[in-house]
Amino acid sequence: MRKLIIAILVLLLPTVGFASGGHEELDKAAIDLTDQASLQRGAKYFVNYCMGCHSLKHMRYSRMAEDLGIDDKSLRDNLLFGNAQPTSMMTNSMRPADGETWFGTAVPDLTLVTRWRSPDWVYTYLRSFYADPARPYGVNNLIFPLVGMPHVLGDLQGLQEPVMETHGEGHEATVTGVVLTQPGSLTPEEYDNMVRDITAFLTYAGEPIKLERRRLGVYVLLFLGLFFIVAYALKKEYWKDIH
Amino acid sequence: MSAEKSENLSWIDKRFPLTETWKAHLSEYYAPKNLNFWSFFGSLAILTLVIQIVSGIWLAMSYKPSAADAFASVEYIMRDVEWGWLIRYIHSTGASAFFIVIYLHMFRALLWGSYRKPRELLWIIGVVIYLAMMATAFFGYLLPWGQMSYWGAQVIVNLFAAVPVIGDDLSVWVRGDYVISDATLNRFFAFHFLLPFVLAALVFLHIVALHHVGSNNPDGIEIKEGPKGNRWSDKAPADGIPFHPYYTVKDTVGVVVFLALLSAVIFFAPTFGGLFLEAPNFQPANPFQTPEHIAPVWYFTPYYAMLRAVPPMYGSQFPGVVVMFGAILILFALPWLDRSKVKSMRYKGPISKTMTGLFAVSFVILAWLGMQPADPFLTLLAQIFTSIYFAYFLLMPIYTSIDKTKPVPERVTS
Repeated sequence: MRKLIIAILVLLLPTVGFASGGHEELDKAAIDLTDQASLQRGAKYFVNYCMGCHSLKHMRYSRMAEDLGIDDKSLRDNLLFGNAQPTSMMTNSMRPADGETWFGTAVPDLTLVTRWRSPDWVYTYLRSFYADPARPYGVNNLIFPLVGMPHVLGDLQGLQEPVMETHGEGHEATVTGVVLTQPGSLTPEEYDNMVRDITAFLTYAGEPIKLERRRLGVYVLLFLGLFFIVAYALKKEYWKDIH
Repeated sequence: MSAEKSENLSWIDKRFPLTETWKAHLSEYYAPKNLNFWSFFGSLAILTLVIQIVSGIWLAMSYKPSAADAFASVEYIMRDVEWGWLIRYIHSTGASAFFIVIYLHMFRALLWGSYRKPRELLWIIGVVIYLAMMATAFFGYLLPWGQMSYWGAQVIVNLFAAVPVIGDDLSVWVRGDYVISDATLNRFFAFHFLLPFVLAALVFLHIVALHHVGSNNPDGIEIKEGPKGNRWSDKAPADGIPFHPYYTVKDTVGVVVFLALLSAVIFFAPTFGGLFLEAPNFQPANPFQTPEHIAPVWYFTPYYAMLRAVPPMYGSQFPGVVVMFGAILILFALPWLDRSKVKSMRYKGPISKTMTGLFAVSFVILAWLGMQPADPFLTLLAQIFTSIYFAYFLLMPIYTSIDKTKPVPERVTS
């Protein structure tokens, strides 16, 4: 029997290698969800640059403020616009039809974007806009070809030009990378940090309970570990006379 | 104190067989004393069913089964309902855990020959439970109303459309609409709520049948046919020990280990790398945008790989559908396919052992293949492993009768 199990495991080994097949290369966002300052900056950037079009309709302002350590006054002064209340959801006034008219598609809500894409994807996406005169807003994106949105952070990042490469004779040239040709108001390092803060904030918004969940998990496993010792000792005691 | 208790108990016993039931099914139900690791999964399956029913009812208190509100109500549970995130992750992880437990439970039956006489009906009830479980999981997967919920259901319901002549009407009848819609979601919710109670009733029958024929064991020996008399009773099988307290305390250890593994996933990796909660399902259902790659959840992917392995004939996917359902329905015939003189894999010959090993490997590889985008090489692999899957069953009458067997001992070994 044991041999059979080992044989099965050995036969399964190659599938592990198979399963790790890659997708397009993404940059590592290297976010830190315990860094409240980073999350607060991310919230500020998101509310100021992104929220005009992208809502976070499953996220409540008050929950965000509480989790990110933002006091009520700062929340009201800096993050609430229009008639939004602290208990409101983080919605905006963009209608789906407006998005279709202006960008060719309804503008997606971003509450869960890091969960169905990934934090690395969001980070890479925000760094991968490049100039493309053929597009309505003059920009395209390396990992989201024919993207509908303009490069909202373009003034900060500057302008990137595509790097074209041709693979083999008769193939069309494809964009394989981007290079900064016209600096923006931020240095590349400052821009990366800003994008990292936005990514961290969106990752928080995707699952606000994440840190608390992990913290509780440690106690649950510790309890079960103790329970195991008791249960195992009890079993041993009952079974000692069964041969 | 104890006199008063027994007076109360006898009042009950005159009206309801409480003591009698306790004895017949627990304290004087004699299970073989040599049960091992594999026998944990029966009690774990019951535990998982209870976990799913309880967490599911609490989810239903805040969930809204409508196309307009379903997705948002799940996020509401994740964020605004007290402990809602935990209940939801328990339920989503529990679904996968239930299938892992059941697959191991069924594999145990293959190893010990637990489907053989006199346990044919016990096995058949078990396969019905498996079917009911798959139906429950399928209905439940639509409820979060994410992209994968929507398009997965679309693909599966379209399988019914492949049935000749009545197919189109059949799929409309299942959906209650021409596409997966609010009507479909509402009825799937109704079935998803109902079926677990049907499951519970089937589990009851499963246990009635089990306790009637007695538990099998790693040696595949009938302890009831062996010598009588043990420490507790002269009439009980000599190799039997009372289920309570021996197996209740032993199963408690199994339960704690299982709960630790379950908690590790719930608290540290609830999506389990996209296997238990698929990433595209965090995007609300969009009937106008088909995802690049649609794959069912992992526990259905072996059958999905088989479906895709069969090429369409006369422009119809029906042959693939037949193969897919055949792969499950063939389980019903298993008790009559095995012609070996012995029950347990311990005493079966090298061909049976090889075939069982290949079968298990094929099932796992098919599960992996079912998650991959279609590709000619992978389709070829799926065809090979589908053939092995079926060969395990269809050739069983031949290889089990010619295979050499080892002598079975008179008494269970420890």
